[in-house]
Amino acid sequence: MKPPPFTYHRPDTRAEVDALLSMYGSDAKILAGGQSLVPILNMRLASPAHIVDINHLIDEDDDPFESGDAVAFGPLVRLEAVERSELVAEKVPLLAAAIEYVAHPAIRNRGTVVGSVAHADPAAELPAVLAALGGAVQSRGSGGSRSIPASEFFAGPLENSMGEDEWAEGVQWPARRAGEGVGFEEFARRSGDYALCGVAAVVRRSSRTLTLAYLGMGDVPVALDVDGLDSDADIEDAVAGLASSLEAGGDIHATPRYRSWLAQQLGTKAARAAFSDSMGEDEL
Amino acid sequence: MKEVRPGERTNLSLRVNGVHHEIEVEARWLLSDVLRHVIGLTGTHVGCEHGVCGCCTVLVNGRPSRSCLLLAVQIEGAEIQTVEGLAEPGEELHPLQESFRRHHGLQCGYCTPGFLMTAYPFYRRAADMSDDEIRSAISGQLCRCTGYAGIVEAIRRAAEVEAERDPATEGPR
Repeated sequence: MKPPPFTYHRPDTRAEVDALLSMYGSDAKILAGGQSLVPILNMRLASPAHIVDINHLIDEDDDPFESGDAVAFGPLVRLEAVERSELVAEKVPLLAAAIEYVAHPAIRNRGTVVGSVAHADPAAELPAVLAALGGAVQSRGSGGSRSIPASEFFAGPLENSMGEDEWAEGVQWPARRAGEGVGFEEFARRSGDYALCGVAAVVRRSSRTLTLAYLGMGDVPVALDVDGLDSDADIEDAVAGLASSLEAGGDIHATPRYRSWLAQQLGTKAARAAFSDSMGEDEL
Repeated sequence: MKEVRPGERTNLSLRVNGVHHEIEVEARWLLSDVLRHVIGLTGTHVGCEHGVCGCCTVLVNGRPSRSCLLLAVQIEGAEIQTVEGLAEPGEELHPLQESFRRHHGLQCGYCTPGFLMTAYPFYRRAADMSDDEIRSAISGQLCRCTGYAGIVEAIRRAAEVEAERDPATEGPR
């Protein structure tokens, strides 16, 4: 249970990170919070030849900031910063609602928001929230930088669509719009465990749409939309329609049938909360 | 840009419980092992070594963190607090430790250093916290002896011990 040997690099600037990745490609892993990477190293599930420690990059933000119609996170903003951010509570209430389900306080003190998204764990909360909101990841490398929408970012379990010489330097979460309501629900055996099933819900009153993105159901979080939502009474059928496209996996903790049942129950609960939340938001 | 090759040792400065240490470490060494084997502070316990049990929790710049999920090199320059920083050997226990003793917050004691360091930043507010809030705050720590009721009580009432010792204290803050 000790990390295997590797060459350790401690760059000072984002450009130095680019240079290291263009030199070592898939032999290098970025260390930010390390709350997923270090367990993987300890258990020897991966043995990268190079670790690029970005914790000492100069002049990086500790907190999220407003960027146009979004709230932006730099690569070293810890999960804990979400909990105490008034900006996030006001502008991205779905992220604020989901954060308490992410692991434990001690893990949130070190883990980063960008790292949690880039890790692309299909059972994690933040990728599902990003998918539901239609946010984007800013990736960069020696070839330049680009913005990758959530719908294209998650490529498979623990796999993102960035090239091997690219890394995530930020994540943008769209700010709440008028008439938008949100809800988040999940079920786990113990506090902080991976959820058996979870769901992020967004209701937009102007377009009468419901969007759900599930975690723990399938290989990647996918935003599922349905239109024509007129009242609270439509929600149960709308969720049943959306959840029927999910592939529920079975394991020692839950059968596929139980997970599908959870998907319906949690989806309905989250969608109802989002619907009532949207009624409280005055249309501007 | 710092670079450390496999097997190579590098100089590292850490402050632990207010004492400055200049040590030599390999890049792959975990903070938990560096505290125990290099600096000799074995109060930080190691259970699962993958971030689940919480025994190895220490304060890094004031915030509870898993020392088994941190490379020591990664936190160069940080201020660390371990359970040894709470009270000197043979001296009076820290109020939080005394409260654990008084309210049966431990039995075998293996998990206790992690619980103490997790509760340390918030125990003075704990009298006003609900059971759910306290349990959520310690949800990252596993104890297989007590069933947690004694631990929750010990954390909630630690500030009382402080007030008893120094009546001038205004009590729980």
